[in-house]
Order: sequence, then C-alpha cells, then structure tokens
Amino acid sequence: MSDSDMKVSIFKGGVHPAHSKRTTESVAITKFSPPQKAVIPLQQHIGAPCEAKVKAGDKVKIGQKIGDSESFVSVPIHASISGEVESVGPYNHPLGKQVEAVTIASDGADSWHDDIKPLGELEDLSPEKLREIIREAGIVGMGGATFPAHVKLKPPEEKPIDTVIINGAECEPYLTGDHRLMVERPEDIIYGLKIMMKALEAENGVIGIEKNKPDAIKTMQELVKDETHIKVAPLPTKYPQGAEKMLIYSITKREVPSGGLPLDVGVVNHNVGTAIAMTEALREGKPLVERVLTVTGSGIKQPANLKIRIGTLVKDVLEVQGWHEETTRKLIIGGPMMGLSQTSVDVPVIRGTSGILALTDEEVNLGESVDCINCGKCVDVCPVYLVPTFIAKAADRQMVERAERFNALDCIECGCCAFGCPAGIPLTLKIREAKAQINEKRKS
Amino acid sequence: MSGNLVSTSSPHIKTEETVRSVMVDVLIALFPVAVVSVAIFGYHALVTMIISIIVAMVTEAACKRKFDLFGDGSAAVTGLLLAMTLPPALPWWVIASGSFFAIAIGKMAFGGTGNNIFNPALVGRALLVASWGGILADKWYFPQPFEFGVDITGTTAATPLMGETEAMGVTLEQLFIGNMAGSMGETSALALLVGSIWLFYKKQIDWRIPGSFILIVFLMGALLGGGMYHDHLTTGLFHVLAGGVMLGALFMATDMVTSPVTPLGKIIFGVGCGFLTMAIRLYGTLPEGVFFAILIMNGLVPLIDHFTVPRKFGEVKSNA
Repeated sequence: MSDSDMKVSIFKGGVHPAHSKRTTESVAITKFSPPQKAVIPLQQHIGAPCEAKVKAGDKVKIGQKIGDSESFVSVPIHASISGEVESVGPYNHPLGKQVEAVTIASDGADSWHDDIKPLGELEDLSPEKLREIIREAGIVGMGGATFPAHVKLKPPEEKPIDTVIINGAECEPYLTGDHRLMVERPEDIIYGLKIMMKALEAENGVIGIEKNKPDAIKTMQELVKDETHIKVAPLPTKYPQGAEKMLIYSITKREVPSGGLPLDVGVVNHNVGTAIAMTEALREGKPLVERVLTVTGSGIKQPANLKIRIGTLVKDVLEVQGWHEETTRKLIIGGPMMGLSQTSVDVPVIRGTSGILALTDEEVNLGESVDCINCGKCVDVCPVYLVPTFIAKAADRQMVERAERFNALDCIECGCCAFGCPAGIPLTLKIREAKAQINEKRKS
Repeated sequence: MSGNLVSTSSPHIKTEETVRSVMVDVLIALFPVAVVSVAIFGYHALVTMIISIIVAMVTEAACKRKFDLFGDGSAAVTGLLLAMTLPPALPWWVIASGSFFAIAIGKMAFGGTGNNIFNPALVGRALLVASWGGILADKWYFPQPFEFGVDITGTTAATPLMGETEAMGVTLEQLFIGNMAGSMGETSALALLVGSIWLFYKKQIDWRIPGSFILIVFLMGALLGGGMYHDHLTTGLFHVLAGGVMLGALFMATDMVTSPVTPLGKIIFGVGCGFLTMAIRLYGTLPEGVFFAILIMNGLVPLIDHFTVPRKFGEVKSNA
C-alpha cells in the first residue's frame, strides 16, 4: 500500500451487473458541436424552480443568466448557446413531465457573454466568496442527483466537516464519462477538491474510485503523491459503490444516519464532474453550460463520451452518433440501474444527464413477473438492509403503516432488489409506490 | 417519434435468473442422490420417482388448466422430493396419491408457487403417513446395490432409527455412503452433500438453515442421546447421518417459499427444525421427527420473519 492509498471497508449487499463499459472506457472525450436549437429547462436541480429572466425575441450569449430564483436551495440557469430566445414555455423533461423551458435558436456565432472571465485563484478567495461563485455558476451534483452544490458547502456551524469525498466510483454499468474525466483532467479534479476543502474548512480529501478503472486510479495517485491531506481510495467493484451512503461507509466506516445527511457524519461528497465544474467556474468564470456524458448501448452506432451543451436535444445526439431505431427498445437517460426510460427523443440533455443509452431487447429487462417465491435474494442484496419483498407486498395491499414500519423511506432506489429478483417483480417500483403512499399519508 | 420504445421503471437490466432456473438448479442438485438411490434400490426407485414426478406435473397443469407440464419446474421438484422421502417399491397408487395431494392441497390450494405455507412434498408425505402408515412402515427393503433389475421386495430390513439394536446394525461409514434400508433419498449423506454443493455454488441456499439445523441435531444427539451409539460423539454423528436430517436440512428446510427471508430468521428456523427433530426422536413416540419438525417450523415462518427484520443502515441509536 502506497502512502496515498487508504484502507477501505466493504459495504454489505449489492450486486455485480455486467460492466458493459468496454466500448467507451478508452474512448477520449470529444466535443459535440453546439446545437442549432437548445431547450433549457428552468428546473434542472432539486429545489425551487427558476423564474425566466428572458422572453421570446431576446438576444442571449453563452453563459448569460436566463433564469434565477431567490430561494437558497436553487441555482441560476444559463444560456448554453448564443442566439435568440424562440420561446419560453413547457417542454418535455427527462423526468417524464413538462417543465417550463427556454428555447434558444442559435445564431451560429457561438459567442460567450462579456461577463465570463476568470474569477481568481483559490488562495485569494474566502469560503463565502467560493460558495457565491459556485452558486452563480449554477453548479449542481452532476452524478445525477442535481442537488445545488453550494448548499452542501455550507453545513450548519455545529456540524463541522472533516472529510470531503470525490465520487469517482461510477458504479452504474455502461457509463464512462467520470472515468474519462479522471484520466483526462485529473488536475482539475484535484483543484475542485481543494475548492471544496477550503469552502468547508475540511482537513481531508479522498478520491474514491472503483478498482475496475486502474488507469484512473494510477493517474490520480500519481498526482496526489506529494499531497499530505489528499488520498486516493481504490474501492471494490460492486454496485452501488457510488451511492452516497455506501461510498462514505467504504471510505470512513461511518454510517450516515437514517433520514440524515452525510454532513451528520462530518462528510461532504461530490462527483468528479462537479469538481471540474467548480474549477472552471473559478479559473474561467464559466457557468455550468456543458457537461460530459456517455452515449452507448447496442442501439448506438458510434458510442462516445461527449462534452455536450446543456439543452442539446437527445434526437440531435442520436442523429449525429447514429442509432438503430428499429431495434432500440429502451432509451434511457442516465444509467441502466437508476436511469429514466424515455418514450420520446424530443427531450433535452440537462445538468444531471450522465448518459444516453439505447438498449436493445437482448440488453434490457422486459420480463413478466410471477408471484414472489420468498427466496430472500432481495434481502441479501439490499445495501441499506431492508426487506424489499415485505415492503412491496405492503404497497400492493395499500398497507401504508406496514410499509412505513419496514422502513420504506430508507430505500435509496438503487435497484439491486429488482435486478436480482428471480420472480421478475419490479420491487424498486413498488417501494417507490410505498414511499409515495407514506408521504401522501403524512401530508394529510 | 419512436414506436418501439417502451418506458418502465428502473432498474432496466436484470440477472438471467428466473423461478424456473432456480427450480432447475434444485433438480440438478438432486441428481446425485437420485442416481445413488437407483444404484442402491434398483428399478423400484426409478419407477417411484417417475410416478411421483409425472403425477405432480399433471396435477399442477390440471389445476392451472394450462397444458404446460414442466411449467416453472416447481412441480417436478416437489414430485422428486416426495419420492426421496418414500421407501422404495410402494404400490403405485400410494405414490400417486401422495404426489397428487402434495400439489393439489399442499400448493395449488394456497394459490400456487410462492403462496404455500407448508413444504408441499412434506404435506404429501404427511398424508401418506396418516392414511397408509402401515403400508409405509412395512416397506423398508434390504438394499441390493448395483442390481438394477433385481426385485428387492423379498427381504425387508430395519432402519437404524427404529431402536438401539437396529442402530448398532449399521456403521457410520454405511450411514454416510447410504448402503442400508431407508427412504430412497435419505440413505446417502454423501450424495446429498455432493448435490448441495451446486445449490451453495449457485447461491440458492446459504449455510444458515442447514448449518444451524445439523449443528443442533448433532449437539442434542451428543449431549442428550445417552451415548446410545458407541459413545456420545458418535451418537451425535449418528443422529445427523441417520434418517432424514441431511435431506431435510439441505433440501426441505431450505425450500425458499416456506423458509424465512431474513438472515437471523433463517438461523432461528434451522435451530427450531433441529430442536423439534431431536425432541421427537428422543422423547416422542415416532422414530423419526424431521418432517414434522420442518412442517411445524414452516407454520412459524411469518412470525419468525416478522420479529427478525434486520436493523436498517444508519439506524439511529436511541440514547434518550
């Protein structure tokens, strides 16, 4: 074990799906051309939606704020291409509903807004200023959770943070964007980690990477070998290693309390993409107008890792990369374990979009379900120690209190239970239903 | 717009495993003991298995009104397991009745695969004991190893659990290999262990139920068996290897449908099975208690599961 390595613990439960990463894991990130039309939803984060700050006919430039909110748990939205606002109104959203969005028609100039300029170096900026820059840049958790990043960087006084963890686990099959970022832009990730450590006044930084990415581990280790407070943690390859609670447990052996947050155990964690976004916000003054995602699956002709503008429509991506429309059975935004399947290709890439997967019949689960045979495999794989089959049965019978007693609300929706169910029961879906029933009851 | 796209909830991928593949794993694991029973008891064993399996599959297909004999494979498993609990060379109608009852009442009456409370094969066996106990008790034939065509029904023999004298009539080695009188699938501990390796390897069972079951039988046999078989230690081993403990612990108590799902519940279930088995053997009137022990514990499964729900991740300790 080298100095920069650290000992990790293995969380209980979890599954080993086929990685399906080989097609894109060694493919360098390429730039996807700015689209002719960008559709930018005014809500791409958890928290209060933004109010539009532009109207149809307005001229906008890249990086210009087009939406903002007064609320603390919210971040502004920026134009990702230059051109003219075509309309402001409801548009398809990956979450499956219509959301207010600003549609911009490109002027082809691809010119940046005048205010976009470097904001300084880390040494010169106070924690307060750092948080402000990060908020103004619209940075959210880019692993898919999309929680506003600045909020996580301002924990309550009584809960000091000692460790910042960079999540480079990328445990979802098929996805390789984070992997490529760690190989191609390791300095920016370390710099982003230092921004977080300064903002939180935290002493330690750890980069957690699954062992199925040896080149990323090596690159990062090389870079931190002279750092005294930053270490690399090679993690066992097991899904859902990248789930917040599992990641924190593996690295610190601390259990995030049920219903609590990482900060309750002195930890804040962020995705590698988020770290890079923070670095760019500081050094270039660049808000979150583009991200890296993986386009792959048997239905894609040219799988790739793309650096792509927010608001690019999925249909444009599919057109350029090519796809087998006839044989694609599921179009998924995100990874295959937790992503959202789409029925329309007319949906924009948003800040939380880590992948676009076109999966064929051979790859996806469309199986029918039969009655539970009580095998208990869902119990064995649940990383938060629930009994999924009991919660699912309670949900079927609308037994809300029973589902609550079985801790349905603690489910992290990782999908392990349904992945391993021989009876093909959509356990994760049923637990989501149980959660909805419980929340409904609490409201009334 | 793409007409081929379907939208369902995550996860979008799944293991290849199905209920059918699980049942096929059990059938594969039963193969060694089936072969050994034919080797020991000849064609009678084969005929018993065939009758039991076919009646089970036909009964299930008839109950479902669906002409799919193999179905999810669970009827074949029940039929084969029932055959394993029977003496070789029973009258065909006794076998058929047991198999019919196992599926029709033991399983389908509860709602089919996954919904039954009691192990169907054991329900079938219980019916046979209750209805034709005399016939069953009469049919413990002397083994004729590797004589496939020989009619074994000429000589009956005692089974080791019948009493002290009978127990002393077999060696531990015999008990382990299985060359003795007994139920078809119970005599060879070796074949059962070999078959169960497949189930452990495919993660269809874990150590908890069989381990705790066998351990309790051994401990109670050694401590309370009075050293009946040579000495205390060998008496413990005798109780593990004689009768239905190995078949029960590895293949019956581990039946997924009728055993607990929680890790702690599995241990409690195994301990209960072991305890009741030995209580019946040592203090009851029946020579053998494995199957009633498992059936009784089957009935307690919902209760056991209810009280053994695991601690959730990050459970906040109440330090009021």
